Amino acid sequence: MIDLILGPLGYDIFVRSLLAVVMVGVACAVIGTYVVLKGLAFIGDAISHAAFPGVVIAYLLGGSYLIGAGIAAVSTALATRYITRRGHLRSDTSIGVLFAGMFALGIFLFSTIRGYVGDLFGFLVGNVLAISPTDLVALVILASGTLVVVAILWKELLYATFDPLGAAASGLKVELLEYLFLGLVALTIVISLQAVGIILVVAMLVTPPAAAQMLTVRFGRLIGLAVAISVASSVIGLYLSFWLDVASGATIVLTQTAAFLVALFLGPRRGMLARRADTHHVQVPE
Amino acid sequence: MTDGDRPVVSDVVLREVDAGYGETLALENVTLDVPRGSLVAVVGPNGAGKSTLLKLIAGLLKPWRGEVLVMGGKPGEHARRVAYVPQAEMVDWAFPVTVSQVVMMGRYPLLGPWRRPGSQDAAETDQALERVGMQELRNRQIGALSGGQRRRVFLARAMASQAQLFLLDEPVTAIDPATQDDIMDLLADEAAAGRTVIATTHDLACAAECFQRVVAVNRTIVADGPSSIALDANVLARAYGGHLLRLEGDRVLVDDAHHHDERDAERHFHEGGHGS
Repeated sequence: MIDLILGPLGYDIFVRSLLAVVMVGVACAVIGTYVVLKGLAFIGDAISHAAFPGVVIAYLLGGSYLIGAGIAAVSTALATRYITRRGHLRSDTSIGVLFAGMFALGIFLFSTIRGYVGDLFGFLVGNVLAISPTDLVALVILASGTLVVVAILWKELLYATFDPLGAAASGLKVELLEYLFLGLVALTIVISLQAVGIILVVAMLVTPPAAAQMLTVRFGRLIGLAVAISVASSVIGLYLSFWLDVASGATIVLTQTAAFLVALFLGPRRGMLARRADTHHVQVPE
Repeated sequence: MTDGDRPVVSDVVLREVDAGYGETLALENVTLDVPRGSLVAVVGPNGAGKSTLLKLIAGLLKPWRGEVLVMGGKPGEHARRVAYVPQAEMVDWAFPVTVSQVVMMGRYPLLGPWRRPGSQDAAETDQALERVGMQELRNRQIGALSGGQRRRVFLARAMASQAQLFLLDEPVTAIDPATQDDIMDLLADEAAAGRTVIATTHDLACAAECFQRVVAVNRTIVADGPSSIALDANVLARAYGGHLLRLEGDRVLVDDAHHHDERDAERHFHEGGHGS
């Protein structure tokens, strides 16, 4: 048993992967809590797909995937908001247009490459075990940067999420916070790409906070629980994938999904049932 | 600008303002002057532009034409001294925050990004909760409150922010009469202490009885004055158009359909006219 846990730690690549999934797990849970409360899950999915052409272009030019994906993701995130305002469209419509268009561009460019594209395929489904020491350093720096920004602005983000009109009227720069937040979502997605892949990254953002929502109605505990669930599932998922020799990204996401289902069914007091009661049933206390 | 020995300061001034959303004009040629310490009700039928007027003053909507001055500056310039409370329907009541957290949010703009809420903020939050009578429910999630309690919490947030100008969208709509009285008493206290309170309401009886001044809106300001004058039957006829039933004397009933798009919607009649 001890060997099962300590054994993999003998491999540098496993230790690097472990560090990577822990950092990604923390950043995704923190940003994801706001994503869930703002109802932006679809935007998360869109941004990750939109990063794909950036990854392919970076590959074609021989540059860093982080820079390519970063530029594509951040610009798409900001563009969705701009197009929504400019075109008077519903945001899910403009997101749908942009995200499919960007992903198609990625597939198009991908199909022009002749020969071995295994590295690129890894970005679609995730392959954390392929992470290089340089990528890990960049990942740790970017994830820490994201967390520092949230640590500074957590209460402004909270107020703007809960009551954007009240927050704006009392002087918070809600519009600016919105763009900044979308930028943070894009950045978080980019650093998660290698771990879980474009297709599954939305689960890293949404599933742990969703599970935590089944367990608490306090904001502080919600973030704390989301981080705990996210990190625990990432570590367990990585070990499972190592022991069973299966895809790491998918295993991590399945572990998170399992945690969500447990919270959904075993947390009825504070979970789904209690929340239902809170919203639809007005309790008048004595 | 002195009137006798008391200086008269206007907290809100609108001059010939047009405003709307997208291509749709919602308010036209609005001119309004609200002196400091006023307790003003904004009344009018659904879609008349009541909320639009509040949003203009709050700086949430830019005027297409004309000038808006709030505490002598552009809307938003003195935003930290403004408290805006949205309609209850605009709030996600399942949001994971407690009563005291919501009230504490009123302190956030004063703190700025770097500072965490401290003991003074906690004290202001406590005091505001005490004033609205919500101290005991401070740790409840906001969704677990009744409609009236939710309005109390948002009023406490406005108080904790130490705003000079209170902009309240429907603060006494659909709540029990006791809470309505409590909230109106608190608002009257705020006005007496020199703060300016502007609240929209559907309830003409409440507007007549509890507010010093009533502004009747229907795309523009159709009446503005002490509640006895502004709620005169002839004036109401202009504000509410055909949705008005005249009773004997100067009492009227306003047919105020809350759900215009729903067929067979239940119609709500509010009795208005001169205050008793």
